[in-house]
Amino acid sequence: MLAVENLEVVYEDVILVLKGVSLQVPEGSIVALLGPNGAGKTTVLRAITGLLDVHRGKISKGRVSLDGVDINGKSAPEIVAAGIGQVMEGRRIFREFTVDENLRAGGHTATRAQIAEGLERAYAMFPLLAERRKATAGYLSGGEQQMLAIGRALMSQPKYLLLDEPSLGVAPKIIQQLRDLIVQINESGTSVLLVEQNANMALSIATHGYVLETGRIVMDKPAAQLREDDDVKEFYLGLRGDERGSLRDVKQYRRRKRWLS
Amino acid sequence: MGELLASLMRGLGTGGVYAMLGVSFVIIYRATGVVNFATPALMILGAFFTGYFGVSIGLPFIVSVILAMIVLAAIGLASERIALRPMVGRPAFSAATVTVGLFIVFLVLAGRLLGSELLVVNDPFGLNTLDVLGARIFTVDIARLIVGLVAIGLVGLFLTRSRTGLAMRATAFDQETSLAQGINVGRMFGLSWGIAAAMAALAGAMLVAGSSGVETTFALVALKALPVIILGGLDSIKGSVVAGIIIGIAESLTRTYQPQFAPWLGANFDVIVPYLIMIIVLMVRPYGLYGTKEVVRV
Repeated sequence: MLAVENLEVVYEDVILVLKGVSLQVPEGSIVALLGPNGAGKTTVLRAITGLLDVHRGKISKGRVSLDGVDINGKSAPEIVAAGIGQVMEGRRIFREFTVDENLRAGGHTATRAQIAEGLERAYAMFPLLAERRKATAGYLSGGEQQMLAIGRALMSQPKYLLLDEPSLGVAPKIIQQLRDLIVQINESGTSVLLVEQNANMALSIATHGYVLETGRIVMDKPAAQLREDDDVKEFYLGLRGDERGSLRDVKQYRRRKRWLS
Repeated sequence: MGELLASLMRGLGTGGVYAMLGVSFVIIYRATGVVNFATPALMILGAFFTGYFGVSIGLPFIVSVILAMIVLAAIGLASERIALRPMVGRPAFSAATVTVGLFIVFLVLAGRLLGSELLVVNDPFGLNTLDVLGARIFTVDIARLIVGLVAIGLVGLFLTRSRTGLAMRATAFDQETSLAQGINVGRMFGLSWGIAAAMAALAGAMLVAGSSGVETTFALVALKALPVIILGGLDSIKGSVVAGIIIGIAESLTRTYQPQFAPWLGANFDVIVPYLIMIIVLMVRPYGLYGTKEVVRV
């Protein structure tokens, strides 16, 4: 189990971004982390994967643990080696590399045999990439780049995969494919922490969901319950009652009041 | 004919050294995105240690070159760890400025180590010449070219074929993403400095070989590597080789023929030829012959 307990993160020593976040990703599950822009979702991921210091942030309180072992304070390469892979927001593929080189770079911590096996698996999973193995990755479409980023993260054979906004900037049709893909990855034994603004997609496959707002977890329920929750429906799924609502009608004071209960 | 051949061969020889220096720049640039202005000083330190092991201790030339390369690799690793690592995540410009500081430190160090003597290495080439088609060709130029091509070939293979080489290139493109792949970015930086410094040492030893002794200000010759990397492309090893040889030959031909055909340009015109080429390249093709154009999807 990947667990985050009472996590506080400070950027530049003054900006408190996470104010005591706790969440758990049990083995074999898909957990969704929802929340608006600037809530701190990406910061949670950075805290888990040891990428905070690149952004001059640090964990000021709390702990991150993998199967009961503390991993906060470990370097990013150590955490990858411990079995946590991630797909960063905005795909972040190596644009100048070929598809093949991108995947190989993802397998940096793996053994030679694992790389060969991983490449085979990635190309089986993404036939589109197999056709364009030697193509410069920067010229792939947004959806293909996202597939490549996911394939690259899987090269290290992670037990836990963190996905940051995989649906961002991807065509709706591809979002469906991504969704199926995440389920497929999960079924082959990788637990997934899915950070999304597209709550609809995330909640449709997640087993459990968290809602993060301004650095606090404001909701923590099984995904099925979140899907039925009136507030989540209104604020994240864009539904009000039985009809489609407009965000224009959502009153700020009402939102704030809701979470306090 | 003989004159032309001799001039070409001299150009190929210095071109081989320029290529090594260019590669030294390129390796660090590719891994860290920083142009390492300390290269000339690393080169002269490398030549100094070659001389130290060869002349003062009396080891054979090849052994002393290899030892000097090891010493310089250690110096490169250490300077990256001490001076450059704190600059990780800062703009490349700031880091490049740090390398200018390193340049001065190492140059002063080399001056102190050398004292008032001239720097010599006990190379076997000296001023020996071969007669080829009536041209007098210095054996040292042949050695420079061969050593340069072999050393660069090995480094090129390492970067393109090995996993560590791939990781070094990945680090160059995106440090944060590389970290997320489990690449130890700091180690890659250190490694690139180690390799680049060893390469600079080899270039220094080969450059001083065949001369009757130089002063530490000779380090500035290494700045000719700047036109080389601009012409070849900042991130291209192949570019460094081609451009090194072009610049070497251009310089050598100018030295041979300019006094004859264009004496009005004045003495020592060949010294500025590399920089003229650099300016033209920057105007016409700023990413160089083989440099990566930024990949943009339209």
